[in-house]
Amino acid sequence: MKVSIEVNGKTEEHDVEARTLLVFFLRETLGLTGTNIGCDTTNCGACTVIMNGESVKSCTVLAAQADGQRVLTIEGLGQSQDDMHPMQEAFRQNHALQCGYCTPGMVMAAVSLVHDNPNITEAEVREGLEGNLCRCTGYHNIVKAVLAAAGSGGGNL
Amino acid sequence: MSILGNRVLRKEDPKFLTVGGTYVDDVRLAGAVHVVYVRSSFAHARILSIGTEEARQAPGVVAVYTAADVDLGPRPPEMPMMNQAMTRSLLADDTVRFVGECVAAVVADTRARALDAAELVQVEYDPLPAVVDVETALADETLLFPAAGTNLAMDMIFGTDEHFMDGCEVVVRHQFLNHRVAPCPLEVRAASAEWSPEGRLTQYSSTQAPHGVKSGLAGALSVDEAQVRVLSPDVGGGFGAKMGTYPEELLVAWMARKLGRPVRWVESRSESMVGLGHGRGQLQEVEIGGSRDGRILAYRLNVIQDSGAYPAIGAVLPFMTRTMLSGVYDIPKVEFNSRSVVTNTTPTVAYRGAGRPEATAAIERVLDMFAAEIGMDPAEVRRRNLIQKDAFPFTTPTGTVYDIGDYVRALDLALEAADYQSLRAEQKQRRESGATKQLGIGLSVYVEITNGIPGSEFGAVEVRPDGTVVVRTGTSPHGQGHVTAWAMLVSEQLGIPIESIEVIHGDTDVVPRGVGTFGSRSLQAGGVAVNQAATQVVERARQLAADLLEASPDDVILDKVGQRFHVQGTPTAGRSWKELAAEAESQGGLTAEVDFTASGPTFPFGAHVVVAEVDTETGLVEIKRIVAVDDAGKILNPLLAEGQIHGGLAQGVAQALLEEILYDEAGNPVTANLADYAFVSAAELPNFERIAMETPTPVNELGAKGIGESGTIGSTPAVHNAVCDALVHLGVRHVPMPTSPQRVWRAINEATGKASA
Repeated sequence: MKVSIEVNGKTEEHDVEARTLLVFFLRETLGLTGTNIGCDTTNCGACTVIMNGESVKSCTVLAAQADGQRVLTIEGLGQSQDDMHPMQEAFRQNHALQCGYCTPGMVMAAVSLVHDNPNITEAEVREGLEGNLCRCTGYHNIVKAVLAAAGSGGGNL
Repeated sequence: MSILGNRVLRKEDPKFLTVGGTYVDDVRLAGAVHVVYVRSSFAHARILSIGTEEARQAPGVVAVYTAADVDLGPRPPEMPMMNQAMTRSLLADDTVRFVGECVAAVVADTRARALDAAELVQVEYDPLPAVVDVETALADETLLFPAAGTNLAMDMIFGTDEHFMDGCEVVVRHQFLNHRVAPCPLEVRAASAEWSPEGRLTQYSSTQAPHGVKSGLAGALSVDEAQVRVLSPDVGGGFGAKMGTYPEELLVAWMARKLGRPVRWVESRSESMVGLGHGRGQLQEVEIGGSRDGRILAYRLNVIQDSGAYPAIGAVLPFMTRTMLSGVYDIPKVEFNSRSVVTNTTPTVAYRGAGRPEATAAIERVLDMFAAEIGMDPAEVRRRNLIQKDAFPFTTPTGTVYDIGDYVRALDLALEAADYQSLRAEQKQRRESGATKQLGIGLSVYVEITNGIPGSEFGAVEVRPDGTVVVRTGTSPHGQGHVTAWAMLVSEQLGIPIESIEVIHGDTDVVPRGVGTFGSRSLQAGGVAVNQAATQVVERARQLAADLLEASPDDVILDKVGQRFHVQGTPTAGRSWKELAAEAESQGGLTAEVDFTASGPTFPFGAHVVVAEVDTETGLVEIKRIVAVDDAGKILNPLLAEGQIHGGLAQGVAQALLEEILYDEAGNPVTANLADYAFVSAAELPNFERIAMETPTPVNELGAKGIGESGTIGSTPAVHNAVCDALVHLGVRHVPMPTSPQRVWRAINEATGKASA
């Protein structure tokens, strides 16, 4: 089937199998490998992207469901060291990443979280990121980064 | 001003944050086909037949392989002390021995089609009795390897003294299960392979030790090591489980050779939960004896280690448990025996701490039980038995030589930061008022071994003619930040900013030798190698500058701010790094390579205080505070060190509180995906309170010990003790790990006689 999805501001029209998940569409069809896959049960959140302003786990969305929608991935957030989104910058400043694998999904989830709740508390960050797993950081610095970004445009979309 | 010891932000991060890392499954190989493995759904069974015809006919399928096709023989355990009859075939031949073992390989033009076709492979099994727990295994009634004649993979028996506890006023005995957990790096295993027409293999591998993979591939495929190149680009975590070479990875290379085209493989998380090695799995009989005034006189640990179906690194980890047996305490007499057995479960491997957390968990938990028995504060019992700081180097009863330590100070710092006395007062008050939520205060004081079996590590530094630097390292970071840390070491010596220093790792063609990153060895092995290479480059440059300036090298100094050498007192005439590197180009360049082997391991130590609130009605545990003193010697970059501690703490908490790999009686894993496995999330953890302490080691010039595993080693028993401590006044002696609400609730109700088990 044919889908037309706006990804990072660019309209992408492709033929896909009906069963194609959005994450495979992003990774395999478009080559946007910043979005990672960490599980097969929608628990880890490594594949989190933003669709129409809401964070979604792209392993649980069919490409067909994203037809006609707007998708934002890590590649569309800020593309270089000099042009980082406040959330990306906060992650860097607070050493909120180690191996980097959960990072793109974590950043996208965090942006969405702060977008919805700019005055977010520590407890709300922890609850809000429960669906995004990280094995390296113990979450301490991620929480710190999200709180730091909350006050400085971390939820800008 | 020195760059060392500063909170330098990571050079690695902008890429990870903007376009993401390049992990193995992100690497596209032109014309590649995809393999999916068919895995055993039985824990123990004979394979009667494998029907592959239907799969072969499926759309896009290129090949289907079974053991009959694979001409690489079964592999005995890598370590000679293990029972060599316990061999493993790359694809199971006549018998499967755990759920998840590879039975067939299906190759197709896309991964989706390979997955579809894998479902069409028909395997007929004849089930055998499954051996799931270690005590059953030890009975040898059902043998996993009849040819071996036993389920014992290896043992370390030092004997038992019947009079061992003579003279002890109080003896406390208990059985602990240091249960099985899943390492769960966020990136699962992945590999891809491509052979050149000349017969040279390029393999991408998600590994902690690319040179080890290179040797493993060359050995298994019977090719010269020079014919193998291993690349590990970015690696999404390892935690010890990505050290060896798994059968799946060897087969990828074998299939690529057989098919004459590139082959890619990435497992699913559900496959990874049974295919990637597990950690821990140690059944412990613990006995501690001492006097009523709190002096520990004798300590005994007998271990049965679960090796899983095929003995791998996990089988030998009791050796590390023995190495750290008596921990931070000065105990006159110790005893240790271990037996490692095979069971019909996923093989066990190294996992963050690898044998040392098991030692610490045993002694720290039983010490609390001893304290409760004699009615003494657990902090006081610890204080009365700690090795004193003037006793180093200290040789333990098992012959381990600790480099340096100040355990009393670590404990004092932790207690002070936690405000221990106030916590005890609050606990008393809650106990007296019969509050639903009781307070538990858990302590652990630990010491561990890093760079435990010192091997060589490679480091090279080269100043290029454009004035930039390239560093090559045999370590293989997967989150630790070596790119930043090694650049800091070089910058410190050369004066060249870290922005101009490139660090290369994970390519065996560019880095000629290497061992890798595990066992908290990297800084004290690879970091020192890079540091020494940098020293040599400075000396070479000084010599060259002296020649050009017609001066004695002794009079030539390096102005690090100006990044140039000049004669002392005459700064106007000098030569920059750039000029010297250009000058040296014709003479082989401004470069140095070092293979460094440490004179011995180092012993990081610390003390953790955990405050837990336990709901006595529901059994739910909430961790309120974690105060951690972790002394890893001199700290190169506090940002990175803290990151390591944080991650370690979380994994330690996870084992104590949440995570556990479980099998049913037939050997079916019941926690084989992330919906069923209680992977710790942000919601279950507090912020960590880290207290800095630095006692430099004399073992290396950087004064550095390893920091990768400390947090895990210290935190598991502190959390466990906190949960048990909250309930001790209710008559609860012990709650097994992980201290789930169900277990806590049951322990309370058993102790108070409200319910039966």
